[in-house]
Amino acid sequence: MLPGFTMAEKILAKKAGRERVEPGEIVEAEVDLAMVHDLTGPLTVEVFEKIGAERVWDPNKIVVVFDHQVPADSTRSAELQKKMRRFVADQGIKHFFDVGRGGICHQVLPESGLVRPGMLVVGADSHTCTYGALGAFSTGIGATDMAYVFATGKLWFKVPPTTRVEVVGELPRGVYAKDVILAVAGEIGSDGANYMAIEFCGEVVKRFSVDERLTLCNMAVELGAKTGLVEPDEKTASYLGANPSSMGEVVRSDEDAEYADQRVLDASGLEPMVACPHSVDNVKPVSEVVGTSIDQAFIGSCTNGRIPDLREAARILRERTVSDGVRLVVIPASQRVYEQAVREGLVEVFVKAGAVVCPPTCGPCLGGHMGVLASGERCISSSNRNFVGRMGSRESEVFLASPATVAASAVAGEIADPRDFLGD
Amino acid sequence: MRVEGKAVKFGDNIDTDVIIPGKYLVYTEPEVLAQHAMEGVDPDFSKRAREGVVIVAGKNFGCGSSREQAPIALKHAGVRCVVAKSFARIFLRNAINVGLPVVEADILNEVDEGDVIAVDLSSGAVADLSKGFFKPIKPFPDFLLEILRDGGLVEHLKKRGFGK
Repeated sequence: MLPGFTMAEKILAKKAGRERVEPGEIVEAEVDLAMVHDLTGPLTVEVFEKIGAERVWDPNKIVVVFDHQVPADSTRSAELQKKMRRFVADQGIKHFFDVGRGGICHQVLPESGLVRPGMLVVGADSHTCTYGALGAFSTGIGATDMAYVFATGKLWFKVPPTTRVEVVGELPRGVYAKDVILAVAGEIGSDGANYMAIEFCGEVVKRFSVDERLTLCNMAVELGAKTGLVEPDEKTASYLGANPSSMGEVVRSDEDAEYADQRVLDASGLEPMVACPHSVDNVKPVSEVVGTSIDQAFIGSCTNGRIPDLREAARILRERTVSDGVRLVVIPASQRVYEQAVREGLVEVFVKAGAVVCPPTCGPCLGGHMGVLASGERCISSSNRNFVGRMGSRESEVFLASPATVAASAVAGEIADPRDFLGD
Repeated sequence: MRVEGKAVKFGDNIDTDVIIPGKYLVYTEPEVLAQHAMEGVDPDFSKRAREGVVIVAGKNFGCGSSREQAPIALKHAGVRCVVAKSFARIFLRNAINVGLPVVEADILNEVDEGDVIAVDLSSGAVADLSKGFFKPIKPFPDFLLEILRDGGLVEHLKKRGFGK
């Protein structure tokens, strides 16, 4: 008897109009949704024009989000955004999130219900793998591939083998989805899942909210993966404001599906984790780096700028202040998250603590603006990459951690264990 | 399809942030991007590459962001081919699409900086002409080889009358 299939294989087979597909096979598939942002959109449009395309294949299936250099930080960015606005208007693109209308693409697409289970989504941004948290096959591509998608609605894909990561046990206090994915990165390595899909499952993942699952899948690319995936369930439905039966095309892996690798992580013994410079898999328990001095702390990004992240940070920052000599930058991931944070009084907590709260943007995560680093400076960040020069000077250093660990460190003025600040 | 150039060596996990730092992503002009190629690890790279080089690297070359500016910067700085033990998948696709040849081969430890490296994509071999060794490489699927031969996806599609 033939073995069963993984979620990734099933979605790609369906979109390629095939009965079955095998890992390693190259198929052409129909795309359900295609996203570009203000830094990848202009190059996509240039290529779109160069290949002689005139109209996009479907203006209802393209999403344009301005999130990287917003509000425009230079005339250069302003010109690029002007060019994209014109393209959006000319092509009649339906889903356009301008400055003040959306936020970081990887929060905006899920929260606005554009991504549904079973979809095939491509985005001109590597963290497009985030949407797998909703049971979609979703992956990052470059501008030329995207121009081809804009013109045809299709793209070739190599069917990935799947690695299954089962997270069991119970998360200890002060340990979050970010710590789980950092622990997985430390174990699998920064290319350990190259060209694969990673399926996250197990009791801990089942208990995770969709926001936490988004954090997990967001960092799948940091292990080299093409996408991260979580089986949709009633939490997915409720997040999408839909019934489990109508939220989309729910795809589950067969019990006898074949996996390239299967790993089990017991979360019960986990400590808060920190990825040290300059690689995401250089992961250590926080206890090994406690006391490392910092100049800046950053809470935000498509990994950890969501409402549960801000709540945890505020729990630590309430009635405390950011240490002298440290800047704390807080950036809610979207307008909706920002509004919610205002309503819950979280923004007040941050401002009173001495943090600067910026409008929704990728900001300093990729060294764009709003808190880039000088030479010799060190930052602890809730974002996803700590490569050389990622957040500014090539002589700066980035440590990656959960928002709670970042908040605790901002108060302590050095890398700190959030469990010392959370109470019981 | 054959390319040749002097080897410039890099290690493992050369990410797209060091290939072209994020602050330059507001540029799409190849010649501007080229001036900053590999700036994150070697600020003088664009000068060294001008005469035409082959990058020889370790595993996971091009990991990180989907920025197509990364292979564009390398290609226009003078990189004729990247030979690495392995590539991150988005970079690999982008490189082919912009017409920058990339091949998987584990030769980093056998090659010295400045050796003349020749790569024949059609027959599937990489050679160190200074040392006199050659290795077979896994050939590309034909459709990708054709894109590379045409100089990238844009030229490839134009040649086939796309959009007409």
